Amino acid sequence: MFESKAGILWVGGIGFFVIAFLSNGWVPMLMYQDLKEQTAEEVVNSRVLYQFEEISRRYPQTFKQYYGDVNEDTCAEALRLGRQLYIGEGCWHCHSQFVRPVSNESLRWGEVAATIEFQNELQRPVMFGTRRVGPDLSREGGRRSNDWHAVHFFQPKMLSPGSPMPAYPWFFDGGPDQPNKRGIAIMTYVQWLGSWLESYPYYEELKDSDSES
Amino acid sequence: MTTANKTSTVLTSDDLDHLVDQELVKGYFLAGLTFLTISMIAGILVALQLVHWNPLDGIEVLSPGRWRMIHTNAIAYGFLANVFLGMLHWVVPRLTLRPVASRPLSLFIFVAWQLIVFLTAAAIVIGPSLQAMPWVADLAKRTGLCMSLGAQGLEWGETPFWIDPIALLGLALVAVNFMVPIARARAPLYVTLWYFMAAFVWTFLTYAMGNLLPEYAVGGTSAGAIGGLFIHDLVGLFVTPLGWGMMYYFVPIMLKKPIWSHGLSLVGFWGLAFFYPLNGIHHFLYTPIPMFLQYGAVIATVAVELVVTTVIINFLGTLRGQGQQVITNLPIRYFYTGMIFYFITCFQCALQVTLTFQKLIHFTDWVVGHAHLVMFGVFSLWLFGVMTYLFPRVLHRPWYSTRLCEYHYWLSAAGVLVMALDLTMAGIFQGYYWASLQSWDVSVDGSQPFWVTRVFAGLCMFAGLLCFLYNLWMTYRVPQEVYETGPALQGSPA
Ligand code: HEC
Ligand code: HEM
Repeated sequence: MFESKAGILWVGGIGFFVIAFLSNGWVPMLMYQDLKEQTAEEVVNSRVLYQFEEISRRYPQTFKQYYGDVNEDTCAEALRLGRQLYIGEGCWHCHSQFVRPVSNESLRWGEVAATIEFQNELQRPVMFGTRRVGPDLSREGGRRSNDWHAVHFFQPKMLSPGSPMPAYPWFFDGGPDQPNKRGIAIMTYVQWLGSWLESYPYYEELKDSDSES
Repeated sequence: MTTANKTSTVLTSDDLDHLVDQELVKGYFLAGLTFLTISMIAGILVALQLVHWNPLDGIEVLSPGRWRMIHTNAIAYGFLANVFLGMLHWVVPRLTLRPVASRPLSLFIFVAWQLIVFLTAAAIVIGPSLQAMPWVADLAKRTGLCMSLGAQGLEWGETPFWIDPIALLGLALVAVNFMVPIARARAPLYVTLWYFMAAFVWTFLTYAMGNLLPEYAVGGTSAGAIGGLFIHDLVGLFVTPLGWGMMYYFVPIMLKKPIWSHGLSLVGFWGLAFFYPLNGIHHFLYTPIPMFLQYGAVIATVAVELVVTTVIINFLGTLRGQGQQVITNLPIRYFYTGMIFYFITCFQCALQVTLTFQKLIHFTDWVVGHAHLVMFGVFSLWLFGVMTYLFPRVLHRPWYSTRLCEYHYWLSAAGVLVMALDLTMAGIFQGYYWASLQSWDVSVDGSQPFWVTRVFAGLCMFAGLLCFLYNLWMTYRVPQEVYETGPALQGSPA
């Protein structure tokens, strides 16, 4: 068997591959099969809508032109586009989206990542990431204001002088105060990250300091 | 036409000429080198971005994020796959004494494959710019497809969703084209063919699993597990078996002696086949993937290290008594340098896969150093060795300059060694900066000296490639009298 064509083909080529797939891929699939995968519409929550609405007030003309009203459907549309840009622009090669239970990560970013957070359409394919040039973004929502993000995407060095993050002027029609459809989408997406958590409101915290860290 | 003498078979070189499509071998090598050049330029662009020296920041189609994906995709499918295919067209007919299934098919695959890689790069660059067009969302709604026009969100699976089926078809055709001669061969299979046969099956299955399942079938954490399997299997079940199969062929031929131990060859192959695919999840340790699966992957990884050691011992045993060849014979030097790097990477891997190390080095440049050491330090050096050996044979003339070949070797080997050491250290620093909860800028600023060093190491590797390309051009251009076979070839490549 060890040197025969059939042995190599069926045992080595297909058999071992299937064993590995079953044990390493099928098992988690079975374990999580009861967790329903949510659609983009279903993961829109009041916090990200709050940000989305804030964007609509800040940039009324562009917002009206590209998204119309603030509602769950338009927000989901922005999230979908935002995720596609996050992938297409390669953000995920510099930013991870999971907080590990080690190395003080939960002190830096907040709650350790849980499976349930990833069971949705916007995590298909899942955006865990394998490299952090910049910080983890899975708890980014609400950490910064929308105008901060706008300026940061337009030219990161304006806010973070030593930043190696590339500039994304094509998310804007001219200046950082004029995000276009893509700009609004990526900002909404970033504000969505982590918005599902209880400990989300770093940003709102500034206003009503009654909630805990 | 005369060709290189391959004294290991009883056939004359004329017979072998009929079996091997030399034009195709040449074509694949040239295509591979083209994509390597593109990929290296992309790597340099990203490296420059990190040290704030990117003069092109803010230009949409040159965005470092997009080119970062071209860097890895063009390496995997443009460089490694192409040069491997050229090598397969040389080796498989010689080992089976039969031509590939169909020459028109070979030609078709060649053209189709270049198109696939090129379209992928084009889509990665242009796709995100078109993403916001209203028709894209419309089409997504109507067809239910994801309609991500740019890269697919999977490392090494960046090939856009609409190219995936075509690429899969291509891989299936490749498998058929080479499996037919292997199936027809009568004699017992040589080690090389074990690896190649398995690789054809594995590559197809891996590609299908990684590109289709996370996109269409599973989401969330399970998709993460599949993604881990995919990244790992692509290295371990596509690149590695083709690479080792190649070594089992070229090393004995050049040293003119058989492999040291057949038993160890068996252990190496079956050990790899069994343990390698079980490693996948080690790319996502400390994620929400169930912990017992993570432990399993860690243990399987350590097992692979043991297997690898047996393979290395086997090759060192083969070299015994002919150590001077490492100095005098450039392709052999490439091969053994690669093997030493391979051993180092695998040793590094046995450390870094432990949960203790993971705490510190995951997400850091350590991993990037590791990736370059294995992808460039091992497989690219091997392929350079094979190309250094085969180009004179398919061009029917000696190298224009052996000195340039030497430069290529030294610049590549030294460059990647510096890069790997540098990034490994950078990773340790980054890990400590992060764990100590200092602000993020501190880790970015602290990485600068390492990143600057990486730029220069990268330029060094690129200079090596330029030497090789120039040498190739001159070899091609300067007409030489038809080149005689003989001992000159066995030693230095001139
Ligand atoms: C070359 C690597 C790189 C790429 C690509 C990149 N970033 Fe960054 N990013 C960084 C670095 C480094 C920082 C930290 C310094 C800073 O604030 O600019 C950062 C910071 C950020 C922050 C602020 C985090 C905080 O709260 O401090 C956000 C949000 C962000 N990036 C989002 C993105 C998005 C979205 C993309 C893709 C469009 C992207 N990044 C692409 C490297 C990168
Ligand atoms: C000119 C020389 C090169 C330079 C300057 C260079 C630079 C880079 C840079 C900057 C990255 C991104 C690292 C990060 O995310 O922080 C990278 C990633 C990578 N490069 Fe290169 N590179 C070069 C050549 C190569 C070659 C020849 C190969 C393969 C044969 C290669 C394989 C890879 C791989 C596999 C990754 C992904 C690493 C990971 O995600 O862990 N590189 N390279």
